[in-house]
Amino acid sequence: MALPTYASPLEKTWHYTYLVICALVFLFLIAPILIVIPLSFNAEPYFTFTEKMLTFDPEGYSLRWYDALLTLGHPNENAARDAAWWATAWERSTWIQAAKNSFWVGLWATILATTLGTIAALGLSRPEMPFRRLIMALLISPMIVPIIIIAVGMSFFYAKACVAPDSAMAAIFGVFLSNKGCLANSHLGIIIAHAVLGIPFVIITVTATLSGFDQSLIRAAHSLGANPRTTFFKVIMPLILPGVISGALFAFVTSFDEVVAVLFIAGPDQQTIPRQMFNGIREAISPAILAVATILVTFSVLLLATVELLRRRSERLRGMTPR
Amino acid sequence: MADASSTVLTTADGRPLKAALATALVRAKRRAFLLVLPLLLFVLLTFLVPIGYMLKRSFEHDGFTASAPALVEWFAAHPDFDPANPPEEAFAALTQDLARMQVEKTTGIAGTRINYSVPGTISLFKKGAREAKDMTPPYREALVALDAAWGTPVLWRGMQSAASTYTPEFYYVASDMKLTDSGWQRGGDKERIYLYLFGKTFLVSGIITVLCLLLAFPVSHLLATLPMRKSSLLMILVLLPFWTSLLVRTTTWIALLQEQGVVNDLLVNLGLLSDNGRLRMMYNMTGTIVAMTHVLLPFMILPLYSVMRVIPPSYARAARSLGATSWTTFRRVYLPQTLPGIAAGSLLVFILAVGYYITPALVGGADGQLISNLISFHMSKSNWSLAAAIAAMLLAAILLLYWLYDRLIGIDRLKLG
Repeated sequence: MALPTYASPLEKTWHYTYLVICALVFLFLIAPILIVIPLSFNAEPYFTFTEKMLTFDPEGYSLRWYDALLTLGHPNENAARDAAWWATAWERSTWIQAAKNSFWVGLWATILATTLGTIAALGLSRPEMPFRRLIMALLISPMIVPIIIIAVGMSFFYAKACVAPDSAMAAIFGVFLSNKGCLANSHLGIIIAHAVLGIPFVIITVTATLSGFDQSLIRAAHSLGANPRTTFFKVIMPLILPGVISGALFAFVTSFDEVVAVLFIAGPDQQTIPRQMFNGIREAISPAILAVATILVTFSVLLLATVELLRRRSERLRGMTPR
Repeated sequence: MADASSTVLTTADGRPLKAALATALVRAKRRAFLLVLPLLLFVLLTFLVPIGYMLKRSFEHDGFTASAPALVEWFAAHPDFDPANPPEEAFAALTQDLARMQVEKTTGIAGTRINYSVPGTISLFKKGAREAKDMTPPYREALVALDAAWGTPVLWRGMQSAASTYTPEFYYVASDMKLTDSGWQRGGDKERIYLYLFGKTFLVSGIITVLCLLLAFPVSHLLATLPMRKSSLLMILVLLPFWTSLLVRTTTWIALLQEQGVVNDLLVNLGLLSDNGRLRMMYNMTGTIVAMTHVLLPFMILPLYSVMRVIPPSYARAARSLGATSWTTFRRVYLPQTLPGIAAGSLLVFILAVGYYITPALVGGADGQLISNLISFHMSKSNWSLAAAIAAMLLAAILLLYWLYDRLIGIDRLKLG
């Protein structure tokens, strides 16, 4: 991007203006995310930098909002912090409960979406696949259709998707459903909803990995006597694994960040982190939200690093030029 | 192969090669389809069926049919009655149903159903139901004496329309039509709530798309032309917001833009603003537009970048060497080559913006709400059929855009990161 030697003064001015514009856009992208980190250590209940913070006075900073995450919902928050206190916090604290719910829902939704999505992507990337374009469009549509529409449809449907009490279905599925035997207000309901929302990401990443996949490797494996199972686990899987993992991470993040479907179909027992944040922002906004935000930003940095490493590994495996 | 027409190529076991290949192709197709089938069934059950169910709800409401059987029966027998002058037997059936509603406590449900097309009927029905059991013929006089609204043609049209469980009425309401004495008509300018909000949603999405394009273009160009090592580093600045929770990004904009927030404090401290003159940038349309532009910007940068990266720089150099100015080179040579990226990014951002819910709900205040928020509002007020009808209209718009995206760009070329 160096300026050619024949550039006129006007072009030089324009070039530097252009660089400044780019820098400003990058600032716009990243500054709002970084600014929450110092703000979350605010000693005062404000959403802005206090004078003490600006002069780097240690008194201006504190961990009180991180502490608030532990104590919210704790029955005796001011008691001495012994092992019993921490055990109660683990069981009762509102944010920790929300984190646990988010984690389990995310994990199961990811497993469901990744398994079904990877198998489907294998079929979709075969040249013989019939109705390929139509099916692809359908499977990606949960990403395109507004989440509010999906949530409305599911809230109607889940309220009706019930099993009769004392039936054979209730005996099998009852534990996964709500007290009334419905998908509404149940963990299973959210897991299914989040799996649907994660599927497009798995499909996109895995088919992208498979696009550079040499189909003759499968024929080679067959000709050397491998059965389809061995071919899948020994030949296909190692090559597409980076794509599968980054698809799974996308699916997990989608679930971990999803609030609209939860607001519409979940009951009071399915409090998740985004739901807790959403309610927190709507009702009494306190810097405790910024503390959660900081923790989540840390998570996203780790996730981004993982995905980047996987992408490079995938490109190396597929013999593309390293970048 | 001079006599190719006379000899049919066969496989080793003597079958014609053409037939054997066709069988193999069918088998391969079936195998590929079987791999997709489990997911297809899952998506069908958990995604398409709920949406189909929602579409059904947008036409369906049994609030009146279930609670007013006598009148429903009378309407079915007299489809051509004159709403301006319903006969006494219709009033008799109505009185009978009102008395029944009072006993079964369904007055509210029936009144709410009629209220969609004829405002003010909930209290009318409650009052009528309380008095109905003491009424004596002639019922028309008795009801009209209680409230003149019982004799109006618009009410009788509304009840006739509500007498069938399936009705397009919610779509009329969602397109700002009004039931009048002479039937459904377009409402006045001040009554255009829903179409106005649809228009506003599309306008705001358009503004956000243009803003995203303006911000993304220089950055994508820089990323595409820098050496790989540097651009990979800068790419992190684009991907980090992409991976960060939407709620986090919305929260940070509240911290930045609210009246006691970081930006206002900075401007006041710099002396650019007086303490009383703090800018209102949050809980209004400005807040929605700024926060949504930030959230959707990566969706514009990524497709633009992937198109720009493969544009050979030699074209621009060739144009310059042939005497074009840098502006002409950009306009006539570079810009046309980026059009696929511009189309892909703009359509994606626009589609995502039109259906946005969380950001406007949290930072939009009263003025910055979009159509999704209205759907959510009606869901919370238990106006399910109306919410479903608005959602169906939004869905139709989105599917049209999605179809356009597939035709222009191709859905399988969607990339993430």
